[in-house]
Amino acid sequence: MQLNSNVPSGPLETKWDRYKFDLKKVNPANKRKFEIIVVGTGLAGGSAAATLADLGYHVKNFCIQDSPRRAHSIAAQGGINAAKNYPGDGDSVQNLFYDTIKGGDYRAREANVYRLAQNANNIIDHCVATGVPFAREYGGLHANRSFGGAQVSRTFYARGQTGQQLLLGVYGQLSRQIGLGGVEMYPRRDILDVVIVDGCARGVICRNLVTGEIESHSAHAVVLATGGYDNVYFLSTSGMHSNVSACWAAYKKGAAFANPCYTQIHPTCITVHGDYQSKLTLMSESLRNDGRIWVPKKAGDNRSPDQIPEDERDYYLERKYPSFGNLVPRDVASRNAKLACDEGRGVGNTGLAVYLDFSDAIKRDGEDVIRAKYGNLFQMYDKIQDEDPYKVPMKIYPAIHYVMGGTWVDYNLMTTRDGLFCLGGANFSDHGANRLGASALMQGLSDGYFVLPYTIGGYLATQSLADVNTSHQAFKDAEKQLNEKLNKLMNINGKRTVDDIHKELGHYMWEYCGMARNDAGLKEAIQKISALREEFWQNVNVTGTSKDFNQTLEKGYRLADYLEFGELLARDALTRTESCGGHFREESQTEENEAKRDDENFCHVAAWEYAGEGKDPILNKEPLVFENVKLTQRSYK
Amino acid sequence: MEEKFINLTLKVWRQKQGEKKGKIETYQAKNISTDASFLEMLDIVNDDLTIKGIEPIAFDHDCREGICGMCGQVVNGYAHGEEKGTTLCQLHMRRFKDGDTVFIEPFRAKAFKVVKDLVVDRSAFDKIIQAGGYITAKAGGAPDANIFPVTYETCELAMNAAECIGCGACVAACPNASAMLFVSAKISHLALLPQGRPEAAKRALGMVRAMDACGFGNCSNERECEASCPKNISITNIARMNREFLSAGVCSTAM
Ligand SMILES: Cc1cc2nc3c(=O)[nH]c(=O)nc-3n(C[C@H](O)[C@H](O)[C@H](O)COP(=O)(O)OP(=O)(O)OC[C@H]3O[C@@H](n4cnc5c(N)ncnc54)[C@H](O)[C@@H]3O)c2cc1C
Ligand code: SF4
Ligand code: FES
Repeated sequence: MQLNSNVPSGPLETKWDRYKFDLKKVNPANKRKFEIIVVGTGLAGGSAAATLADLGYHVKNFCIQDSPRRAHSIAAQGGINAAKNYPGDGDSVQNLFYDTIKGGDYRAREANVYRLAQNANNIIDHCVATGVPFAREYGGLHANRSFGGAQVSRTFYARGQTGQQLLLGVYGQLSRQIGLGGVEMYPRRDILDVVIVDGCARGVICRNLVTGEIESHSAHAVVLATGGYDNVYFLSTSGMHSNVSACWAAYKKGAAFANPCYTQIHPTCITVHGDYQSKLTLMSESLRNDGRIWVPKKAGDNRSPDQIPEDERDYYLERKYPSFGNLVPRDVASRNAKLACDEGRGVGNTGLAVYLDFSDAIKRDGEDVIRAKYGNLFQMYDKIQDEDPYKVPMKIYPAIHYVMGGTWVDYNLMTTRDGLFCLGGANFSDHGANRLGASALMQGLSDGYFVLPYTIGGYLATQSLADVNTSHQAFKDAEKQLNEKLNKLMNINGKRTVDDIHKELGHYMWEYCGMARNDAGLKEAIQKISALREEFWQNVNVTGTSKDFNQTLEKGYRLADYLEFGELLARDALTRTESCGGHFREESQTEENEAKRDDENFCHVAAWEYAGEGKDPILNKEPLVFENVKLTQRSYK
Repeated sequence: MEEKFINLTLKVWRQKQGEKKGKIETYQAKNISTDASFLEMLDIVNDDLTIKGIEPIAFDHDCREGICGMCGQVVNGYAHGEEKGTTLCQLHMRRFKDGDTVFIEPFRAKAFKVVKDLVVDRSAFDKIIQAGGYITAKAGGAPDANIFPVTYETCELAMNAAECIGCGACVAACPNASAMLFVSAKISHLALLPQGRPEAAKRALGMVRAMDACGFGNCSNERECEASCPKNISITNIARMNREFLSAGVCSTAM
């Protein structure tokens, strides 16, 4: 497989402008002749669909939920970065670029990250123009807040619902185009295959989630913006419909999958309380500004927190990292919480929690000040946990929150399959081995509003694509294959439910591919996942019929893909014997037990290529070249 | 509150896809942790039904943290359950007592057809937004974000309205199945902001017409919508919408 990043040459600062100038353009009258399929209505897919239609292309847009407004972008809380320098604290595009590439532990492409930083300010302007009510100062201008990994205030926010407001802005633009006829909207659809004709992506196969019908749709290009695959871990902060299925189908049709092992674990989430639990809820990173994290010094100490005297508490982050204390980066905080619990010092019913204690801050500043800062989060916590965090320390634990890995794309956001593009959370491009807070929203909108609309034109203008419609044999074959797979699934009639097997997969993923990974564990994971996959195909129970609204079947085929993908994730983690960002290999740590990169051997993107059923996937490497930043090892002591 | 385990009798609306009628079925929810959410309780019941070879209860959901607006059922007569300011997915089983009987039905309205069991079709909401619930803006032509100052108070008001999650509880709770609260929330959000003013009249007319065409009822000031809204959207938005609509009607260029 040829991995050509297609990054233009020349100085970093002018690459994108020169590239846009050089790109071949499709003239307005011809745009109408092109059909583009966009899968996903999150920030990435929704903004792409709306913008392409506005330019004159004919767009077909698909999503799983009943309305495009419900994509999981809606759940983002904290904010979106830009380099506006409104607070006058010296921010710049250069600064935003540098923080993002360093935050990613030097495992992202310089040119992509620079372009992202360049687009950031346009994103804010456009969002405001579409009606996003970002927070304002009393003077009427925009307010900014600080986020992890940056020394400036550059984050725009709309209360604790930034993702919701951004997505509603996108949804407005998309709705306008649907009303005008530029976008044909297909909600409640699951894209389950990509159709290739003459080497190019020319359509998709989907299941209508209401009727169960299998449908074919053809186009001149296909764009996947299907979000993250976090739910391979079963429990995560992702929505319940998170899946890898569309990207996995693309992988099998020649689109390489990059860095699947890069996962982000967020340290402050509401804890798991029982095996019936279906998802995890994030508690914003900002809480660590005032909350102190601790566990009892003695293992097995199950006194209530107010009964544990000061000198029998271990404020382990403050002890180990005196200069950063409770504000160490996400990966460091997460690993240390796990360590404390592994030592038997975890708290709560399950022993899988640590305290996040605000009593000192309340003593110092008063309850009102704390309420003004974090009131909505405290209330959210109270709703779920039924405990008042003003009185009792929060119990928190790390949870799977984001995946940096995804479908490999070049500078045009095109995959290794011609005519197949991938945007937003679904691609691998901009966050390296660790994503900084408030940068995923920025990436989704950059890809959809400001990158793809140009680069896809460059592709379409230089192709001579034959007329293809859904009566083409490639569609018939793909439909047949999918029907066979679904029938097989419907006819197993085994003894275990889909959720039951998914929970077992999640358990292996979390144990062996979670916060700390090692050679033996990863090998074991690969074996266990493959055995579980076999059991699934013999012992799962999917009730009802396939030609109906059937949520068990939906979960079933998503899990079938996760059972294959989980193995690739473990394999990637096994191969990358260095630690970097969110990927911590126990074999590769500094003397102080911090993640240790191996730039000599691993300064590359791992792009996995499908080799056929039952065959080992092929590893391709895209070397990462750094011409503008110097690679350094992180330290937070 | 200490975690307890409770048993419940569920009376659940079951309706096959494509059929006009459904009926209430009775199921037992056994050994449910009071720390579980309402939807997790339904997951447990569904797993149990699956093992018995009975098709699980279909219901919509996605984020399970009160923001996507996908969940929604009428629980014991209340849209999203009785707890105030709470979506169904945020409702927890500690609000129920051992031995309770719980009635679970879909959101009902002429404009929301039942798809299956507890799942309804709310695409009418999308149609209303398509008829004007946006600001026309090209990606690339926007002026600097700070060009229009917006006072802190106005921004707060706009944000209060913008918090609507499009769940449809207001419609299900209204005796007339009116969509006024939903529509007024969007009209207010955009009309309060300077960048939303140029299209304000056209927007109000378009959205109200679409609302009527979709078969939603009229508002007769019952205030049930406000009481059931999980995001506490205020009915003062309806007054603002009426003002926008009336002035739009007067200024005929917007027609
Ligand atoms: C709780 C939480 C808080 C977060 N907070 C922040 C934050 O403060 N700042 C920040 O920058 N980032 C944050 N993030 C990350 C950020 O929200 C996401 O990375 C980003 O929104 C992803 O956008 P997307 O458009 O790529 O995908 P999504 O918004 O997930 O959209 C995916 C779309 O694809 C569709 N889809 C998926 N699979 C299929 C299929 N097979 N067939 C058809 N359609 C399909 C879905 O229906 C949906 O429309 C947060 C994430 C979470 C979970
Ligand atoms: S106004 Fe309230 S109840 Fe109605 S759709 Fe919006 S959030 Fe739901
Ligand atoms: S599932 Fe998203 S609001 Fe309830």
